[in-house]
Amino acid sequence: MALDLILLSALLLSVTWTVMTVRLVRSVVGLALTSAILAVIMYRLNSPLAAVFELSVCSGLISVIFITTVSFTQRISKERLIIRRKERLLRFLYLPFIIIIAGLLLVRYLKIPQFGLPEPSQVADARVVLWNMRHLDLLGQAIIIIAGVFGVVVFFKEPNK
Amino acid sequence: MNPDTFELFRYFIIFIILIFIAGVYCVLISFNLIRVLIGLEILIKAVTLLIILAGYICDRVALAQAIVLTLIVIEIVIMVVAGGVVLWAFKYNKTIDPRRLSNLRG
Repeated sequence: MALDLILLSALLLSVTWTVMTVRLVRSVVGLALTSAILAVIMYRLNSPLAAVFELSVCSGLISVIFITTVSFTQRISKERLIIRRKERLLRFLYLPFIIIIAGLLLVRYLKIPQFGLPEPSQVADARVVLWNMRHLDLLGQAIIIIAGVFGVVVFFKEPNK
Repeated sequence: MNPDTFELFRYFIIFIILIFIAGVYCVLISFNLIRVLIGLEILIKAVTLLIILAGYICDRVALAQAIVLTLIVIEIVIMVVAGGVVLWAFKYNKTIDPRRLSNLRG
């Protein structure tokens, strides 16, 4: 339990840093770190397949997508960076206080009622669940991927002259 | 549920709520479309952790993993398309500040 709490604290710190840091690239690195810590937590919660997906896709691929997007936008000048740092500091200064106060209030007052648990599932393999029980999800995933590809093609299509 | 598992569940719920608060704050306060997407990612991370926790507590880890895999696929597609929208907005407006996107119709 102590290790879980340490990991959760690291996750929260990583999220806070991601939100508060000025440079977008650092923010993306923070997001990748968040995904990596989340993958460790998932592994500890007996979900290794989801953890591997989280680590490879969310920590890797999404970081690549974000860094590509950031690199295509305009680079900020040093003078503008100093001004923006002050603006951001004023806007995001409240976040750590909000998190600390909300955390203290939740620890003090959050009462979760005891509840009954359902019977444990007979199927223990995620692949069996995905292929045999939730195959409609796979169809939905395929449709969403095709829609995403179509969307990207439309966005990056050069206009006809 | 034994008391240790229940206490762990309670702490997980508290941290998930705090991560969700950070994500909502990021989405609401940011004046940069990429940072809004990062806030959205943080919200999705909180939900992912909640699903995995529910599967662990109810001993339905396989189902939770299957749902998370679907969630990750949808997340990727959303981010790719949203990245395209951001680049498209930058191409036509030379800014990704939502306050300055003044040539939108409607």
